[in-house]
Amino acid sequence: FSGLADVSISQDIPVEGEITVPVGSHSPDEDYSTLDEPVRDTIMRDLKAVGKKFVHVMYPRKSSALLRDWDLWGPLVLCVSLALMLQGGSADSKDDGGPQFAEVFVLIWFGAVVITLNSKLLGGTISFFQSLCVLGYCVLPLTVAMLVCRLVLLAGAGTASFLIRLLVVVAMFGWSTLASTAFLADSQPPNRRALVVYPIFLFYFVISWMILTFTPQ
Amino acid sequence: SLPVLYLFAEFDDAANLLAANPDATTISIDEPVEIPKNQHGRLQEPGREEDDELLGTDDSDKTELLAGQKKSAPFWTFEYYQTFFDVDTYQVLDRIKGSVFPVPGKNFVRLYIRSNPDLYGPFWICATLVFTIAVSGNLSNFFIHLGKPTYHYVPEFRKVSIAATTIYAYAWLVPLALWGFLMWRNSKVMNIVSYSFLEIVCVYGYSLFIYIPTAILWIIPQKVVRWVLVVFSLCLSGSVLVMTFWPAVRDDNRRIALATVGTILLLHALLAVGCLAYFFDAPELDFPAPIIPAQNGTTVITKSH
Repeated sequence: FSGLADVSISQDIPVEGEITVPVGSHSPDEDYSTLDEPVRDTIMRDLKAVGKKFVHVMYPRKSSALLRDWDLWGPLVLCVSLALMLQGGSADSKDDGGPQFAEVFVLIWFGAVVITLNSKLLGGTISFFQSLCVLGYCVLPLTVAMLVCRLVLLAGAGTASFLIRLLVVVAMFGWSTLASTAFLADSQPPNRRALVVYPIFLFYFVISWMILTFTPQ
Repeated sequence: SLPVLYLFAEFDDAANLLAANPDATTISIDEPVEIPKNQHGRLQEPGREEDDELLGTDDSDKTELLAGQKKSAPFWTFEYYQTFFDVDTYQVLDRIKGSVFPVPGKNFVRLYIRSNPDLYGPFWICATLVFTIAVSGNLSNFFIHLGKPTYHYVPEFRKVSIAATTIYAYAWLVPLALWGFLMWRNSKVMNIVSYSFLEIVCVYGYSLFIYIPTAILWIIPQKVVRWVLVVFSLCLSGSVLVMTFWPAVRDDNRRIALATVGTILLLHALLAVGCLAYFFDAPELDFPAPIIPAQNGTTVITKSH
């Protein structure tokens, strides 16, 4: 600071400019103001985000789009459609049939919450909703498997149809588990990775079992 | 107090030596019995364990010195519950191994848990067991009834909730009752060994692991095989439980000690037999329903079960 003692401010330097400081929030508002846009734009933007995440799940790469911009629309749509497709299972009595809508719904959401809590308690760095988002989106391959199974069952219910369904469900189960592990395993310390991956495996195994054992009336 | 001072002095020397030569391998001696275990643990992760020892934040050292003061975070914070999940993969696998292969004379709690009870093992072993029993029961019934013309496959999803209620109730209520009972007896009789509630939950949770492969093998539709499996798994996990809880009750009145251990084994056996009876249909009794022409000409169809 010793050098500054020599500096003198000349009174001839004009000082001019704007006194009012633009408040930071105004200009972003003009760019992202969504109040005036047509409803179609709003819906299409969200749909495109959901669709992009579907693509990320089907081709799992190390991309952070799924994690950074989490949303729960995709998981909700997948969960509801899976639970709806699992309806209509046959039963002699109400007690012996397949899972009801509420049971599938609760199983998926409660299971995802428990797995997220488990990974956070083990010291994971992922946030709660990010993990829910990933687990929910990775149900997509299994929903596709359910669709395929129902179509195959329309054709017949013999041994050949069972083998096809078994193959499809096993393949999609592997895909789901690998996809979610690819996104979630990095946020764990390396000496606890298996402890976090195993519950995810169990979760998708239970959903696959429900899909495989679906028998129509 | 003298042994504690000795431990502190040793720790100081070790810290000084390590500061001088940070790359030296360290061996900590907790109890004579546990030296191989410690070295094995150290060898698996030398880097992390050495740093922890240097800083004095290694779990086993800290818990040896501060046993009982470990969980210091208040119970409404997330960190409090994180202390119950402070286990690594190899620790969980070791505890599972210890519950399946009981070492005669060694206490499961002292050997494997060592003041670091976790809730990961009990919770996920119970969850796996619930679904294993439900799925295996369903598969077993499917194979048993496969050839019959009147059989229509049902997924029997309701049984999952029943299995979940039973197994989680067993894994939490029985340890609660046992802990309460041991606390009560502790006030009457001075015991050397006393377990915290979480350690009892931990032992019970890990002792249920043997039932997972047992449930898978119960798919085999032979009565003899199933009962041999029941006895075998009961011996293994029952012996782990007995060896854990016998030191806690042996100083008590002889009859009470035997009754306690007997009740532990009885409840464990009841769980196994109950699951076998409810979720798995009996294999040999299922014959096709015969049609018996009755005297007055109407036919009577008897149901097989």
